Amino acid sequence: MPMTEQASGAHHPQPRPRNGGHHATTVEHVTGAQSLIRSLEEVGADTVFGIPGGAILPAYDPLMDSTKVRHVLVRHEQGAGHAATGYAQATGKVGVCMATSGPGATNLVTPIADAHMDSVPLVAITGQVASKAIGTDAFQEADIVGITMPITKHNFLVTKAEDIPRTIAEAFHIASTGRPGPVLVDIAKDALQAKTTFSWPPSQDLPGYRPVTKPHAKQIREAAKLIVQAKRPVLYVGGGVMKANATAELKVLAELTGAPVTTTLMALGSFPDSHPLHVGMPGMHGAVTAVTALQRADLIVALGARFDDRVTGKLDSFAPYAKIVHADIDPAEIGKNRAADVPIVGDAREVIADLVQAVQAEHTEGNTGDYAAWWNDLSRWRDTYPLGYDLPENGQLSPQQVIQRIGQLAPEGTIYAAGVGQHQMWASHFIQYEQPATWLNSGGAGTMGYAVPAAMGAKAGMPDRTVWAIDGDGCFQMTNQELTTCALNNIPIKVAVINNGALGMVRQWQTLFYNQRYSNTVLHSGPDADGRQPSAGTRIPDFVKLSEAMGCHAIRCEDPADLDRVIAEANAINDRPVVVDFIVHEDAMVWPMVAAGTSNDEVMAARGVRPDFGDNEDD
Amino acid sequence: MSKHTLSVLVENKPGVLARITALFSRRGFNIDSLAVGTTEHPEISRITIVVNVIEALPLEQVTKQLNKLVNVLKIVELEPAAAIQRELVLVKVRADNETRSQIVEIVQLFRAKTVDVSPEAVTIEATGGADKLEAMLKMLEQFGIKELVQSGTIAIGRGSRSITDRSLRALDRSA
Repeated sequence: MPMTEQASGAHHPQPRPRNGGHHATTVEHVTGAQSLIRSLEEVGADTVFGIPGGAILPAYDPLMDSTKVRHVLVRHEQGAGHAATGYAQATGKVGVCMATSGPGATNLVTPIADAHMDSVPLVAITGQVASKAIGTDAFQEADIVGITMPITKHNFLVTKAEDIPRTIAEAFHIASTGRPGPVLVDIAKDALQAKTTFSWPPSQDLPGYRPVTKPHAKQIREAAKLIVQAKRPVLYVGGGVMKANATAELKVLAELTGAPVTTTLMALGSFPDSHPLHVGMPGMHGAVTAVTALQRADLIVALGARFDDRVTGKLDSFAPYAKIVHADIDPAEIGKNRAADVPIVGDAREVIADLVQAVQAEHTEGNTGDYAAWWNDLSRWRDTYPLGYDLPENGQLSPQQVIQRIGQLAPEGTIYAAGVGQHQMWASHFIQYEQPATWLNSGGAGTMGYAVPAAMGAKAGMPDRTVWAIDGDGCFQMTNQELTTCALNNIPIKVAVINNGALGMVRQWQTLFYNQRYSNTVLHSGPDADGRQPSAGTRIPDFVKLSEAMGCHAIRCEDPADLDRVIAEANAINDRPVVVDFIVHEDAMVWPMVAAGTSNDEVMAARGVRPDFGDNEDD
Repeated sequence: MSKHTLSVLVENKPGVLARITALFSRRGFNIDSLAVGTTEHPEISRITIVVNVIEALPLEQVTKQLNKLVNVLKIVELEPAAAIQRELVLVKVRADNETRSQIVEIVQLFRAKTVDVSPEAVTIEATGGADKLEAMLKMLEQFGIKELVQSGTIAIGRGSRSITDRSLRALDRSA
């Protein structure tokens, strides 16, 4: 069906001036709603995830006619928010979600908080009741600007139609520059309905927003000096490196220095897992080598990482011997948790590029680091304590094996989106990440239910890539309704439900710290189940039937012998979403582990297995 | 525990004060006093915040977080020695024919003003640093304080330099 011009017959200037262009701007006579859609077109938003409702309704009318902005009608606003996040993390562009006022807007709160914790560029557009009704407890009124103040990078309330283009331009600018983050734009219904004029680009007015991207040369030289002087350095790489597109520079720096690299949960794929300098992921469920490398290091070079508690464990015993070089684009992260000896404020790409030059300059003067003894230790730990798992004795599917085989059988460039819990940790351990932006997950907020909508967003943004959601049965029951959205909008994602019938990570803590009292973690039985007896489960809900009902191809896999065949079948279907219900062993646990609140020195390689670092012999 | 006085220049827009106070509480900082007003530039408001800082949470963290707020233009910590700090109090003191003259004497000692008199009370207006006002209130306590209202501290740096200069230029540039 041919697309028609906008309902009002508004003129489209040709060619349209782009942001920052020097074309003379043409003024269009439009409604506020048309101005909003035109602004979205101009900032390059090609996909919007959302649901209409009363207050945002005016915006949906011109949206129907836009040939540049695709709107994906989701089934729950939370899905729209996570989809926009998945889209942003996979494409590097700003993700956009839209909802109406009141409950529509409050349903976006969780994904906005999630994007804030993981520094994801997101613009959320919400309708608001008419400006005269604001503050009267009008129908579907919620103070979403007040509600989201602490979980957005910035937010706006727009009550005048003429402010819409400037606000949208500012929102996208703030969301995508500096330390990225979510920005909410709340627009009163009367502003959407009012007549106004549209011209692009609008002049932005952000006198208080000046992110620093260029690092200080003296600090860079100081850092380079420490790097070549160190005996036991570690490059501690966080999500900032991915956001700054600094992965190529990182590889150069790592190979130039020869220092070991550890990539956090948010940075998996920013340095190839297969690279010999890679020592794994740090943190509570990190590799023994990575955790111990940080503990024993005499220099930590933190690049776009924030010394999160899940990485440091008990903070005052974290990396006791290490000097800290801390580079981050957000000055507030430096010194927040751990004091920095060399603070560097700047964009990770510029920081690393400058560090490469400064280290080269040191090398030219004959100062090169000698890390041979350090690598002796690291290699020994890596050989002795690799990531691994035991297959269940009863012949059931092992969740780790399922995830590992999905990774091994997936086409190159496959994007993975995980939920939160055991399956997320196993997906971080047993899938090899070789490229940036192939691993999407909810790191800071730990939002269960993230995987399916995030995978949907990633697939919408990268339709040529295979996208696998690695989900748990707990997470899956929170947001699976977006499979309907996928089925109806030609977004053929693949979902692996790692179904152990339990809230697995919570169950693991109950096993370890609550005397195997499985309070409310058994998902497939009612309150009578104590969770101690192995159970095949009630199959309530039946994920195969549920997925089929939502228009997906669904398969159940219970036998290790079927594993490869089922995964191949899933990989071969690309005309609709595929869901595989993998019934796995319920007692599998995530190892290694540093128990919450303890020192990273207490890392356990497996249950009851404290790694032997060879330093206890003299005791 | 130590007290610090911050002068925060912000864009004069709705909701900015809420962003700032919410940030203080979310990050675990206690505001001792707060005063907001316009400046010589109508687009800029100035917020003077006296914050109580405990050792575990250094002031640096709150100023860095404040700086991240898009509507915040500039933050300056005013050192007591290099700044003039003033508070305003209005205090209603119980007074009768016997005590009124004693009260007026105290008012004069502190260079305060009596702004309202009635048969049972005297209302006094006083400005000054926190120490002076505390001393005056202590002297007035014996007569009975019926009502007390106190403004937040406002402060300005000594000398000819102005903290608004550079921010004003930045605002003009973008306009």
